[in-house]
Amino acid sequence: MASVDTSMTSKDTILKVEHLSMRFGGLMAINDFSFEAKRGEITALIGPNGAGKTTVFNCITGFYKPTMGMISLHQKSGKEYLLERLPDFMITREAKVARTFQNIRLFSGLTVLENLLVAQHNKLMKASGYTILGLLGSPLYKREAKKAIETAAHWLERADLIDRADDPAGDLPYGAQRRLEIARAMCTGPELLCLDEPAAGLNPKESLALNTLLRSIRDEGTSLLLIEHDMSVVMEISDHVVVLEYGQKISDGTPDHVKNDPKVIAAYLGVDDEEVTEVIAEVESLDGGAKA
Amino acid sequence: MANAISEPGKAPASLLGQAIKEAVFTGLLTFGLFLLYIGFKTDQDISNALIIYGRPGLLAIFVGIAAVGRFLMVLFVHPWAKARKDARAEVPVHDIEKSPSLFHKHFLKIALVALLLYPPVIVSIYGFQGSLKFVDNFGIQILIYVMLAWGLNIVVGLAGLLDLGYVAFYAVGAYSYALLSSHFGLSFWLLLPISGILAAFWGMILGFPVLRLRGDYLAIVTLAFGEIIRLVLINWTDVTQGTFGVSSIPKATLFGIPFDASPGGFAKMFGLPMSSAYYKIFLFYLILALCMVTAYVTIRLRRMPIGRAWEALREDEIACRSLGINTVTTKLTAFSIGAMFGGFAGSFFAARQGFVSPESFVFMESAVILAIVVLGGMGSLTGIAVAAIVMTGGTELLREMEFLKHIFGPDFTPELYRMLIFGLAMVIVMILKPRGFVGSREPSAFLKEKKAVSGSFTKEGHG
Ligand SMILES: Nc1ncnc2c1ncn2[C@@H]1O[C@H](COP(=O)(O)OP(=O)(O)OP(=O)(O)O)[C@@H](O)[C@H]1O
Ligand SMILES: [Mg+2]
Repeated sequence: MASVDTSMTSKDTILKVEHLSMRFGGLMAINDFSFEAKRGEITALIGPNGAGKTTVFNCITGFYKPTMGMISLHQKSGKEYLLERLPDFMITREAKVARTFQNIRLFSGLTVLENLLVAQHNKLMKASGYTILGLLGSPLYKREAKKAIETAAHWLERADLIDRADDPAGDLPYGAQRRLEIARAMCTGPELLCLDEPAAGLNPKESLALNTLLRSIRDEGTSLLLIEHDMSVVMEISDHVVVLEYGQKISDGTPDHVKNDPKVIAAYLGVDDEEVTEVIAEVESLDGGAKA
Repeated sequence: MANAISEPGKAPASLLGQAIKEAVFTGLLTFGLFLLYIGFKTDQDISNALIIYGRPGLLAIFVGIAAVGRFLMVLFVHPWAKARKDARAEVPVHDIEKSPSLFHKHFLKIALVALLLYPPVIVSIYGFQGSLKFVDNFGIQILIYVMLAWGLNIVVGLAGLLDLGYVAFYAVGAYSYALLSSHFGLSFWLLLPISGILAAFWGMILGFPVLRLRGDYLAIVTLAFGEIIRLVLINWTDVTQGTFGVSSIPKATLFGIPFDASPGGFAKMFGLPMSSAYYKIFLFYLILALCMVTAYVTIRLRRMPIGRAWEALREDEIACRSLGINTVTTKLTAFSIGAMFGGFAGSFFAARQGFVSPESFVFMESAVILAIVVLGGMGSLTGIAVAAIVMTGGTELLREMEFLKHIFGPDFTPELYRMLIFGLAMVIVMILKPRGFVGSREPSAFLKEKKAVSGSFTKEGHG
């Protein structure tokens, strides 16, 4: 296992990404990107289309092996994992990092409940004595299976899906599918939950409900890393925002700090670098105007 | 269109005209298509010279069947199908899905009782000697395919891994029993599990390098593996005796009681007249029991975490990995458990035939087993059993169709058209029921009520 001494890093950092680079052929999708996510916070990763946000997620969760850099995860228990060295399924199983996908990936032919049971696979596998005891009808497995259904029901309540528990996941409306994906990720019992654009395609009401859900997840001790385009969501719920453009970090701080960072404004308005200074001037004059 | 509003049953003149027109066209098309295939036959005479003779009568029959078939189709079947479709459109879809009949619910139990009663009923109708054909050709033959298809179902239907070389594991099981029992005199009951374990072991050996591949690549490599096993069996003559095969394989015994004419044999022991039917009936119950074990294990495994992981793997492999599931070991277990059942079936096959040769393990067998799984509806035990009965029972039935000779002439051998009819049947079923006989899947767990999942949501897997 890639667990090493933790004394080097501060206790309240859960994820530390250092000098991360990812190259696809000639394209440098991520270039020397470093940031930290704090335990018990919602960290948002924002940036224009194609900035490399999903690529960062894929590196963290092991779907891509980074060209360079180090990604370390610090668990509550004090264990530390170097994620770039673990295979993808171990990152969820051992390091306790769960994720959702930008284009929803549910098991559409399984029921909503079954989706949540699959997420508890490793726990149930152990309880069933790697299937052998389970086949023999061990009471321990029966108890664990019941508990797993209870856990699933708990998350179905939370995601407001309890009425659809026995329907095929593919039959749910879009917003419900997004919530189900979050519930499914939570059923793996993660310490860090990575959400790739969870509010995409939601209507304002659903988006509001999502904010409440994410906040409650944070308050119960799971840290969140969030990719989001919807600024209302980002500014509402995140404690810390990191801005990425062309694979490089251009800003990092509280939502208020980032919102007023001229570089960020320039990136979102699509202004050339030379014009940034002009924008800064504009912003300053605007600020001045507001104060007057 | 005029015939769109016409009532079914009462065919207006325009429909009749259209039917005649299409019948003539179909007849012409059939004539063109079959002129060379059916209309002429090439042969060699004594001096090896090529002779061609025409078969206008047979060609006329084919053309006639096509034309009349099209005529009836346009005039009667199409309006009827349309009426049925309209009627069905009025019923809400959900009601159909939710209320399976009592027969449907207890299908497996009813089928089991019927199968248990099958040999006594047949014997009482046809006598011991007459029952042979029904118990052996229709009973045992079909049940072997049911078992093989249920085994492959774990790999293809549940885990979504396209395996085109399944017959290799059948061969491993058959040769394991054939060789170990001939050389070491081990009993069937010991070799049955050993054959299964050996087949599972080969499943693992194949699985390790292969399961990183997906979709088409996996299919091709498993196909090649099936051929390699067959070629090894042909060429490793020291052990397998090559194409001659292994013969006089010891029969299975009923807990030590052999089925032969010896004083300790089954017939003497129970004071019955000698007959080979006892062994066949015994084999029937044996393969029935093996099938039941396969079904039981499959049903239990589906409710285990591993079974759910298989189905999840079929639905979305990347999502599985994101949930911490080790997809390599999950695929390997599916592969080797499927192979194990193939091995069981193989050793049974060897005990039944008393003879195995590489002939029995050609790619065609894999294709037929896969066709049964797809036709039955991937993942559904009931559907697959029905498909096995239709496919294997159907081909056996063709052998019986003597009356076809009276239509097509004495030269006509229905068996030769087996594959043609087979293919036609598959095309028809796939058009009418694209998800197989039983397209819906039963959930492995439920919170409030168990609802079948419609086939339109499930995926076939990508490798
Ligand atoms: N597997 C890959 N192979 C080649 N190029 C890739 C791959 N994945 C991503 N890229 C490229 O890397 C860049 C960043 O893509 P990424 O998906 O990370 O952007 P993003 O910030 O998530 O954008 P969006 O907001 O549209 O989701 C893009 O130019 C993309 O084309
Ligand atoms: Mg993205």
